[in-house]
Amino acid sequence: MADTDDEHTSPQNPDNRIELERMAADQENKAQIAAHPPVGPDGRPLHRPVGSTRVVRDRKGVRKVVEVPSTGHSWDGIEEYDNPLPRWWLWSFYATIVWGLAYVVAYPAIPLLSGSTQGVLGTTYRSDVAAEIQRFKDANAPIQAKLVETPLDQVAADPDLANYTANAGAAIFRTWCAQCHGSGAGGNPGYPTLLDNDWLWGGTLDDIHTTVQHGIRDPKDEETRYSEMPKFGTDELLDNSQIAQVVNYVLELGGQPHDADLAAEGATVFADNCTACHAEDGKGDRAQGAPDLTDAVWLYGSDPATITRIVHDGPFGVMPAWTGRLSEADIRAVASYVHGLGGGE
Amino acid sequence: MSQSDIDPPRLYAAREPIFPRRVQGTFRNLKWVIMAVTLGIYYLTPWIRWDRGPSLPDQAVLVDLANRRFYFFWIEIWPHEFYFVAGLLVMAGLGLFLFTSALGRVWCGYACPQTVWTDLFILTERWIEGDRNARVRLWNEPWSARKLRLRLSKWTIWLVIAALTGGAWVFYFTDAPTLLGNLLTGQAHPVAYITIATMTATTFLFGGFAREQICIYACPWPRIQAAMMDEDTLTVAYRDWRGEERGKIHKGELTRSDGGTKGDCIDCMACVNVCPMGIDIRDGQQMECITCALCIDACDDVMDKIGKPRGLIDYMALRDETAERAGGQPKPLMKHILRPRTILYFTLWAGIGVALVAALFMRSPLDLNVTPVRNPLYVTMADGAIRNTYALRLRNKQAEAHDFTLSVAGPGGSAPAGTQVTLEGQPDGRVSVAADSTQTQRVYITAEKGSALAEGGQAELTLWVEDATDGVRASIDTVFHGRSE
Repeated sequence: MADTDDEHTSPQNPDNRIELERMAADQENKAQIAAHPPVGPDGRPLHRPVGSTRVVRDRKGVRKVVEVPSTGHSWDGIEEYDNPLPRWWLWSFYATIVWGLAYVVAYPAIPLLSGSTQGVLGTTYRSDVAAEIQRFKDANAPIQAKLVETPLDQVAADPDLANYTANAGAAIFRTWCAQCHGSGAGGNPGYPTLLDNDWLWGGTLDDIHTTVQHGIRDPKDEETRYSEMPKFGTDELLDNSQIAQVVNYVLELGGQPHDADLAAEGATVFADNCTACHAEDGKGDRAQGAPDLTDAVWLYGSDPATITRIVHDGPFGVMPAWTGRLSEADIRAVASYVHGLGGGE
Repeated sequence: MSQSDIDPPRLYAAREPIFPRRVQGTFRNLKWVIMAVTLGIYYLTPWIRWDRGPSLPDQAVLVDLANRRFYFFWIEIWPHEFYFVAGLLVMAGLGLFLFTSALGRVWCGYACPQTVWTDLFILTERWIEGDRNARVRLWNEPWSARKLRLRLSKWTIWLVIAALTGGAWVFYFTDAPTLLGNLLTGQAHPVAYITIATMTATTFLFGGFAREQICIYACPWPRIQAAMMDEDTLTVAYRDWRGEERGKIHKGELTRSDGGTKGDCIDCMACVNVCPMGIDIRDGQQMECITCALCIDACDDVMDKIGKPRGLIDYMALRDETAERAGGQPKPLMKHILRPRTILYFTLWAGIGVALVAALFMRSPLDLNVTPVRNPLYVTMADGAIRNTYALRLRNKQAEAHDFTLSVAGPGGSAPAGTQVTLEGQPDGRVSVAADSTQTQRVYITAEKGSALAEGGQAELTLWVEDATDGVRASIDTVFHGRSE
């Protein structure tokens, strides 16, 4: 059957060799099966021999049996017949092509050097996302308005507002606050943990709300919370031995191991330089953001080296004011959220 | 025969129409009963009411996707109990295995929706256009006013059935009477209309036009079933050793049973004409056969008329066929059905069923999960105490709101020294959970400075929740992270 003049079927063309061998094997197989149809124990053929039959009906609905050729492919005596595909299958295939063409015309499809074809419907995923975001903004608008109108201490009693502040507040916190305070609000050295019951500027809802609104030591906000601990070493207000004394006194206040002699000297230094903010008993003053030095919570660290560094260089922690960057509803939501983390007063 | 005798095959062929003839008999009656029962269950179930109190829906069977509940009469499944649904699906799968290995394609022949709805559509077709011969004539007729009228009436009724089918489906997912009102006044959600339209279209096309092609080309199940069948599986078969040589019996001609040469088959084509799959069962077992047994009814009827014994076409296992050919007797039905494979399937099926029922009765009306908040692991309080935070999820499955109190126990069962349990926003230490709902609560366990828990690294704890109303208790194990330096 191979036409030696045609390079597509010529056995001389090495590209054709495998296929020709396959075809030869198929032909041989077919001939073998035709000559020796497999039979069962009773001598009847186990299955139909090469060239199966297919049932069709004529116009009167009467069955007609027609021959179906074999493809010649046979695996363990199971043969592949050359039955026609259903016509609806062909139509479905054409329908998918039509659908594909329509899709290419209607939607962004073909990549170009910059961008792609846009499609006649004008759909883009960016506009879809913008529409979705707007939809959620619209959906949240009424409860945000309600949140702004409700006094902060009544938010928790309203299930809708409590649910909103718990979820929206958590999202806002993770977006804007987690960089310094940690995603779990556990804080970092210099950035207070918001989970404990020790607050620098106060832990009531109103205190937290004010802190978030105006920030701490934010030069851009006139109402920001402000205080400044002197740089006792850098500015040569105390010499190094005085600093060592007062550090030991502070260690004593916090119930930590210390040198009792130095601490005794340090009490005087403390009384002269520190009590204006940290109070005579060392319990601090929230009005000035001065921390309680007698408790177990330390903003920068409780070891002598860290305390020495703070006394010598002076701390100057800054938190930005969020008014103008976040809406009042967002500020209230995050304030309620932080208040509900376990330290709220 | 050689290859050259055969015309080159066409690549594509139109479907050969099938005009199943009406048939009466045992299996046809069984199919009517099964059709009535299955369609009845499908259409009527959403309308059964079941009182669950004022705050819960009163529909007996409801898949409430919006509120994430599944109601089945007195059972209410929550999303975290989805293993019940998974278990039922496993049982359904094993049930199909069981029935297939015992009775062959009995699902295909009697209970499959494709079969049931196609049967219903053929019934409609026969009612409008007449039985087989009339339908064949109509098919061959050119288009006329009468043909158009018959076709349009048939398609209209099919569409109504299809729309009712799609309509019944959506009632399983929301309150049926409310949804029906909304559907009729045009106020239902677009999803409901789209679902009904899709189901209507597929029912109309599959039942009216695609029919047997779904079984042959689209459905994977027949191919899988072949793996579960063996020599003892019941299939529909033709006793060719009794029927052949087939042919009309002329006057004076004797069949083999009377000492002649001819077989019992008179080649009346009754078995072929009733077949909804369009095959000739006398060609042997074929992949198209759904074992609906209508050919058995048709042939038995003919055998009665010509005074021959029934069973020329019969339910038979391959093993019986071999035995009968050799002159032996077939095995009794129960011996086919009771064999290791089916017993194994049944044991697995029943085992899962028993386990599901046991799990159902052991469900607590109160359910809890606790997640230790590990960011940070612990918080140092001003007085040096160590506090851990937990996210507690409480599920109150009762129809009324209940208050719950919390306590903590160490490995010995008693509360570890110096620990305190507090709840965020609940100064009285009680958390109230509304009826049939879930409540998350932030829980704090504080260990005082110097206590074993505060200084001891990680320790195991049990959190107990007690219903303040009826004293029902439930517990969950968790851990406490102490100071780790």
